[in-house]
Formats: sequence, structure tokens, C-alpha cells
Amino acid sequence: MVDIKKITAKNMTDKEFFFGHKACAGCGGSLAVRLAMKVFGEKTFAALPAGCMSAVGFIFPQMAFLNNAIISTFPGTGSMLSGMRAGLDALGFHDTHVVGFAGDGGTADIGLQALSGAIDRRDRIIYICYDNEAYMNTGVQKSGLTPYGTKTTTSPAGKNLSGAVTHKKNLFEIIAAHDIAYAATASVGYPQDYLNKLSKAARVKGTSYIHIYATCPTGWGISTETSVSLAKEAVDCGLWYLAEYENSTFKINRKLTKPELLKEHLLKQGRFKHLKDEDIKVIESERDRKWAQMMEKWG
Amino acid sequence: MKTQMSKQKVFISGDEAVALGVRLARPHVISAYPITPQTIVVERLSEMVEDGSLKARYIHVESEHSAMSAAMGASAVGARAFTATSSQGLLYMAEGMHYASGGRMPIVMMNANRSLALPWSIFGDHRDSLSMLDSGWIQVYVEDAQEALDMTIQAFRIAEDAAVLTPFMINLDGFILTHTYEIVDIPDQSKVDSFLPVFKTPNKMSLEKPKSMGFSTSPADNMEFKYQQHKAMLDAKDIIHSVDNKFGEIFGRSYGGMLDSYYCEDADYVLVTAGSVTGTARIAVDNLRSRGIKAGLIKLRYLRPFPDEELRAAAGDVKAIGVLDKDISFGYEGTIFTNVNSALAHLSIRHVSINFIAGLGGRDISIKDIEGIYQDLEEAVTVGKDKSFAKVRYVNMGVEIDG
Repeated sequence: MVDIKKITAKNMTDKEFFFGHKACAGCGGSLAVRLAMKVFGEKTFAALPAGCMSAVGFIFPQMAFLNNAIISTFPGTGSMLSGMRAGLDALGFHDTHVVGFAGDGGTADIGLQALSGAIDRRDRIIYICYDNEAYMNTGVQKSGLTPYGTKTTTSPAGKNLSGAVTHKKNLFEIIAAHDIAYAATASVGYPQDYLNKLSKAARVKGTSYIHIYATCPTGWGISTETSVSLAKEAVDCGLWYLAEYENSTFKINRKLTKPELLKEHLLKQGRFKHLKDEDIKVIESERDRKWAQMMEKWG
Repeated sequence: MKTQMSKQKVFISGDEAVALGVRLARPHVISAYPITPQTIVVERLSEMVEDGSLKARYIHVESEHSAMSAAMGASAVGARAFTATSSQGLLYMAEGMHYASGGRMPIVMMNANRSLALPWSIFGDHRDSLSMLDSGWIQVYVEDAQEALDMTIQAFRIAEDAAVLTPFMINLDGFILTHTYEIVDIPDQSKVDSFLPVFKTPNKMSLEKPKSMGFSTSPADNMEFKYQQHKAMLDAKDIIHSVDNKFGEIFGRSYGGMLDSYYCEDADYVLVTAGSVTGTARIAVDNLRSRGIKAGLIKLRYLRPFPDEELRAAAGDVKAIGVLDKDISFGYEGTIFTNVNSALAHLSIRHVSINFIAGLGGRDISIKDIEGIYQDLEEAVTVGKDKSFAKVRYVNMGVEIDG
């Protein structure tokens, strides 16, 4: 179980819980799962819907989880977690964690209803959304969390459109609007911040939700060794943010430090290479609007 | 209203009978979403959980998809799970139904048989459950409230048998059974406890032996899993018989296992039914027998696994067979008719068989209608030998399709 002592890269367990899977090199999603399991430990019952992590981790007969784990239906992560929690409680296994790992599409699109139901019931579950900003497992299609201007296989960049035409769904605040016990955003580029949030989630009595920004070399057109540094840069230039919601209050964990990096950051990625200056202006102004709003309300 | 007849006998609806059966079966988790005409089941169960007479976790899910998903989560950690639904709700569960059977999760579900939209109708027919015939669930159709209660208890024992590990659906005709009050004998809890042991399954996650479930397979492995699933359903037939016999020994009531036949031994004309209409058909058979007509009746209790051998044994010698379907597979015929013909095709003799589509969207089926069906069968044998006759007929319908 969770040690109250602060978990860091130096003192975290050497034990691996998610290994031998077939994720791509540099996969941010698998890093998010790996770190989370090191914090939650072996008394964890995980559910993963259709998506990258279930596709790479459950190929019979090679199972990648050391702990108990199951693939849920695509829309049913939240409700399957509730059923697992109820079953474990009914059988007297209270000293356990029930954790979901779902992608951006599995969370913000098809799984939103079941997740909303689970939060509404205040079920003691932890839900982790690894957000790689498109349906990567099926070959990079646009999801509700794909940002403006992203080239995906269903939001192609061409003469008429510069990739995705809408901004990311504001999922963190949608989750918080349930007055959830604990919600946070994180990035695989800021692992200590993520570890802190995982530790907090593990101790929450009700429902907790962590939305982690997870780079995807395959889908984003980036080299594998830049996976972590780009996830860090996305936070630094304000395209993602580190925040928390608890006791009905929002908090920003890290201020916008390098807004000027935005254009350079975008153009490093194959999915944004086509962007024209006017597209980057749209992204920039949306970022500024979002940050102004966050600083005013939560800062 | 005086509902208490004696200590064990109560005057209750089919829905309430199911709820009482569920309480006696002591599930750990109930996850359900309300839909007419299933609602009374979940209302009563909620009350039982509230008053403490049922020690289960009741999950207020936000949809039927989640009802099934939560039941699967509970089953996966080794808990006994129950849910209930109807019609559109059953179809909304469709993904989870295949998932639960493929995952060998012995969840028990009550389905209040109801028509499917469009057009909307809250009234009963079998199109909902029959459209899920291939979802890998055991399907039983009950005739009255007593059978509903008894089958709820039997369902858990059959589904959880190590040789079966297959989810189980109990079908009650919407309103005709769900909302009609009958005198029902309530089994003794201690007897139910001895009949239905605590749920134990090797197919679960555990702290001692962590397990990955719901995994994926390559083409090199998938067929073996599907074959095992199919074999378990076929093996369920023996378990169904032995559980029904055991139930009879303990509680004094048994139902004939896969099917129940009525006056079939010397029958010339046999009607095949499923569900509550069987009760009406029994009266029609009594009437016809009193007039010297050798009418017989086969109530198909289970549609999956399908009682093919039992059907051949019961109806091998008759002159004509009618199949009453409260459904239609558009562009062909009633689904039960297709299944019955497929079973009879293995016999050396060719029967006259006619499909009677009736009761769609809750349309009434009277004793007279059923007597008319037997008359049709008789005519088809005597007249139809030289002439072609309509194989699919519609009972009580206001319009005709020009032939």
C-alpha cells in the first residue's frame, strides 16, 4: 500500500507492474501507467478500455500487468471500476485500489457517460486518463481532446482545413464540475508532480481523476527520445497545464514560464508541421485566453 | 388488500417474485437502470437493500450499458452479480452481453420482454431477447410468477456451475407476467442457502493469484476460446436438468428441464410456445381434448441452449407442428420457428409445420385464437397434402400481405 513518505524517482520501488508490453518506443502512455502502478502497488485492480495500453498489454498468453487487470468495454471503464469496487467491498477487500487507465477518446468521448456516473456516485476509484490527443491505437484519428490544428487521419491538413478545427474539450473542468473529491492534471514531462498527485489520489476517500498529458512519438511525428522533454515543454509554453481540484477549489501548480516557445514547440512535431502563421495565432490566442481565465479564477 | 396467504404464500406480481428470488439468492452486487416494465424489480430490490433485508451493494448506474459493465466488474472480482432490464435497455447492453459470456462471467439478469422501437411500444413481445439469442447467454422463458421466482434461484446455481460459467437471462413477458398478481410460494431461506452455495469461481481476480482478464487473442487462439464457450453452453443442458431435479427434491417443484410437454404422448397436433402464452394454450388444449381432438403442447423453457433432442423426442410422431412466435425476423419468419424446424430436420419424417406470428407489441392472444391455430394445423394436414399452404401466418392481424 501507499507509503505516506513522499515517493520520488530515487526512493520508488524497483518492482515493475507493467512490463513486457508491446507499446511503441517513447510511449508516454505506458510511462504514465508504469509510474502509477509503482505508487499504487500490488493490491491494485485495474481496468483499461479499448486503447493503446489494453492493446499492448493483454495479448494472450503474454499478460503485461503483474497485478490484477482487465480490459473493460470501450464506453464502460467508469462503470466497470464501480462494479469492481462494489464487489471488492462486498467481499471485504477494502484495503485495495481500483484504478482505470483510459485514453483521451476512451475518456472524453465514448467513456464520458460512465465516468460521470462513477464520479456522481462518489465511488472510491481512481481514474487516470492518458491523453495522447487522438485515437492512436486505431491509427491516429481525431478525438474530443485533439487540439486545434492537429493533423490526424480523420482531420487531414489540406487546401481547405489546417487539421482539427476545434480546441481540446475542457475535460478537467467538466470532471471538477461534478465536485469530485480530487482531480488533477499532470504531464509525463513532470514526473515528480505526477507522483505527488498519484500519492494523493491513492489516499482519497471518494473518486479521484488524474489527466496526464502523454506524448506519442508514433502519432505526433516526434523522435522517441524527445517524448519526455516535449511533454515538459508543452507545459512550459502553456499548451498544457499542471493543476489540481480539491475541497471544491482549483489550484495551478506551475505558472506559464516560457510562452515564447509555442511556435518552435509546435513545429517540432510532424502533426503540426503544416501550420501557417495564422493557425499558430489561433492556437496562441486560445492559450492566452485559457491562461488568463485560469489565473483569474484559480491563480 | 390481504397479501399474506400463509407464512410462505404471498400474492405478488412477477416482478416482485423475481425480486424475492434475488433476495433469497444473496447477490453481492446489483447494478440496474430502470425501464418499464422491469422497474418494480429494481424498486423492490432497492427497498430490500435500504431496510437491510438484502445485504447487497446497489449501484445506481447511469445506463444499461453501465449496468452490465458494473455487473461484469463485480463478477470479475468474484462477487455474485444481478441486473435487470427490458427492450431498448437490453439492446443498449448488447456489447456487454457478448463480453460477459465471452469472459465466462455468470451474471444473472431478468429481462422483461418488451417490443422494440420503432414504433415505440411498452408492451410485450419477444423481439428483444430473441435478437440477443446469439449473445452467448442462457435464455429461459417462464410461464408464471412462481416459475419466475424459482428460476431466479436456479439461474445462479446453473450459471455458476464450474462446467457452465455462462451468464443467465430469465425472461418474463412484459405486463402479462411482470405486472400480474398471482399466489406464489416463497421458499425457505435456509433451504435456498443449502441449494445455492456461496459463489466460488476460478475465473476471477484475486490478491493471491493476480490475473489479467478480458484479454485479446490472435487468430491462432481465438477459435478455441469460442469453442469452449459453445461447449459450456451445450454442457449446461445436463446441469439444467440436474439442478431442476434437485430443486424439485428440496422445494417440491420442478419444471421439466429444457422443455415442458403437455398431452404430447398421443397428440396429432402440437403447438410450440415460449413464456406466458403457454398458460392460455393449456386451456385451449383442455378444450380441444374435451372435443376429442388430439391436441398437444410443448413449452420451450430454454431457447439457449436449444432443446433440440428433447423437441424431437416430444414431437417425433405428430402429424403437424405449429410454432407460436411473438417475434418476426424481418424478411424471413419467426426465430423460434427457424430453430424448431432446424431441430426437426434431423428426423427422418417430414412434419407439416406452420409458423403463427402473434402478440407483437402486446396484442392479445385469446384461447379462441389458439384453438384456431390447432384448426389450421388440422386443415393443413387434411387439405394441404395436395396444395401448398401458407407457412407463416399472422394471428389477429388487421391487414394482410397479398400473397
